[in-house]
Amino acid sequence: MIVTFPHMGNVYVLVKTLFDEMGVEYIIPPKCNKRTLELGTKYAPEMACLPLKINIGNFIESIEQGADTIIITGGCGPCRFGYYAEMHKEILAGLGYNVEIITLEVNEKGIPELLCRLKRMIGGRSVSSLALPMYKAMRIQTAADKLEELSFRIRPREIRKGSTDAIMQKYFDTVKTVYGAKAIAHLIEETRNLLLSTEIDKDYAPIKIGIVGEIYTLIEPFTNLDIEKMLGNMGVEVNRSLYISHWIKEHIILGGLHMRKKQPFEREAEPYLKTAIGGHAQETLGNTVLYAKQHYDGAIQIYPLTCMPEIVAGSIMPSVTKDYDIPVLTLVMDEITGEAGYITRIDAFVDMLRRRRQIKEANNELVLSGH
Amino acid sequence: MNSCYLGIDVGSVSTNFVLLDDNGIVLKKLYLRTQGEPIRILKEGLTEIRDFIGDRYSIAASGTTGSGRQLASLIVGADIVKNEITAHAVAALAVRPDTRTILEIGGQDSKIIIIRDGMVYDFAMNTVCAAGTGSFLDRQAARLNIPIEKFGGYALKSSNPVRIAGRCAVFAESDMIHKQQTGQCLEDIINGLCEALVRNYLNNLAKGKAIESPILFQGGVAANVGIVSAFERELKEKIIVPENYDVMGAVGAAILAREETEKKGYTIFHGFDIIKSKYEAVSFQCSHCSNCCEVVELLADSQVVARWGDRCGRWSNAKEQKRAAG
Repeated sequence: MIVTFPHMGNVYVLVKTLFDEMGVEYIIPPKCNKRTLELGTKYAPEMACLPLKINIGNFIESIEQGADTIIITGGCGPCRFGYYAEMHKEILAGLGYNVEIITLEVNEKGIPELLCRLKRMIGGRSVSSLALPMYKAMRIQTAADKLEELSFRIRPREIRKGSTDAIMQKYFDTVKTVYGAKAIAHLIEETRNLLLSTEIDKDYAPIKIGIVGEIYTLIEPFTNLDIEKMLGNMGVEVNRSLYISHWIKEHIILGGLHMRKKQPFEREAEPYLKTAIGGHAQETLGNTVLYAKQHYDGAIQIYPLTCMPEIVAGSIMPSVTKDYDIPVLTLVMDEITGEAGYITRIDAFVDMLRRRRQIKEANNELVLSGH
Repeated sequence: MNSCYLGIDVGSVSTNFVLLDDNGIVLKKLYLRTQGEPIRILKEGLTEIRDFIGDRYSIAASGTTGSGRQLASLIVGADIVKNEITAHAVAALAVRPDTRTILEIGGQDSKIIIIRDGMVYDFAMNTVCAAGTGSFLDRQAARLNIPIEKFGGYALKSSNPVRIAGRCAVFAESDMIHKQQTGQCLEDIINGLCEALVRNYLNNLAKGKAIESPILFQGGVAANVGIVSAFERELKEKIIVPENYDVMGAVGAAILAREETEKKGYTIFHGFDIIKSKYEAVSFQCSHCSNCCEVVELLADSQVVARWGDRCGRWSNAKEQKRAAG
């Protein structure tokens, strides 16, 4: 059994740690690229959203390298994602690929069914043997996410342009080649120290932008023009509202155990959108409010074309903008690989935020931004 | 010899050139169709500008904007490369310092810019739909066999505009064909199209934005009196079409370039000799990693002058190393 899984930003760090620790044989799909997208758009239904298409491309590229089992997470969420696993099965079967697909989700059959599937994933060993590796993998993912967060703060302040990019590029290249939780943790720590010792301009107060929107396009750089890197290199400090470690903790672990507590974003989203409508609509609205309250200069909403929850959130967004005086730029992602149009918008948005900051500073209003 | 300032806006449909004098007056403007060949059109425009200038003026600054701004900046040697939003706002404010709203409809995109206290306060640009753009009108005019210049005039003669779906260019076209087949008159159909475009623009871009007077209407589509009148009916406000509405992006680029050179004290404008050089942009797919970036290489007389398009900087930085070395 050779296992593979779809890409989603740095999530391969978590999966790799888990499988290394469990001794499961696996293949990391090639980094998302134009061929991945081409394969996906060719075989997925035209109206499907972008993440599904890229998933299909990832699977085919992994199968070509010998994978025979696919692990994906599922869910009974009201957004299309809940239906992905079934679509994947049908599409791959239709193409004649003989692969097993194991969906990790808590469905109507509850926890026992999930345990049964986990057991299949690790080749029949007892599920309890998963506990420690899972714990280690979660810790690694949290550290990996924190590392990216740190790079978002260092990049705009670096004195030598490109130094953060070089450190992070080396990390991404190396992490696939080291084996096991211990070595990966060491690499992350090493990279963290490199970032911390990067020469920065301590007096520079960059404008700050929060990134909100649909989780996949937020996390997978191939679908968002590497926006955090792009903004960072324009001298902007970025904060991303969603991370995979956070998602797993909330939805898989606490959600599965029915122990999930109300989050700050939910309280903030409530006046605008009372119930979860699927996807990350409440996160998008609530986190934008939170960014405004933390004096961020603006927010960028990203989502794949036709994403229903984000369209709803986007149509409510003008009220948030008005109530909290926080400008929001919306970027809709699809197969487009021509970046010029996006860059124009982002460039103009950053220009605008800089001028607004100047005016606010001149009027001594900075502390009052927010309500 | 007097100084003048050159602004170039390389858009998808048109490439515009503007020369401003010391008082910010437009000395010369050119509106050329890009026709998918920005390099050739750039050289054509520069030739015309050179012939116009003769030895009366010298170019003290040059700036580029529009979707082809990077390419143009490398060829002409631009002191500033600015996005269209900022350029349009700067130009509008030079005409009307009290401007509060800018409607801009170009060939491939449309924008709304909200100005407060002489600064860009908010903006939106259409992302995924062509129905609110000049290309949409171009296409429908071609379908109806009417020159685009006369399109607006027809709309004004209409007394009873027909309702045409404006959400999507494909819907609009099939709706229009249907209305034609039922024998509706041309004027009413054209007016219906103008209203559909305005509705699309306001519903799509202007949602939640306070459109306040003075409102300036810029971009090629502002020539269309049918659209202007549809905007006025819908907004119940007067729409101002500035004299140089069609080249406002280039005007903004020239103003910004002037500010920039006054700050730094010199221009990097390459001069007109570049017209004689043979420019060529070639692209190749980098195979270094799985990003498979499409790298564009700009050649001047077979010499690489710039490369861009790579995410990692392997090619674009290589150029700088080469420059640093040579």
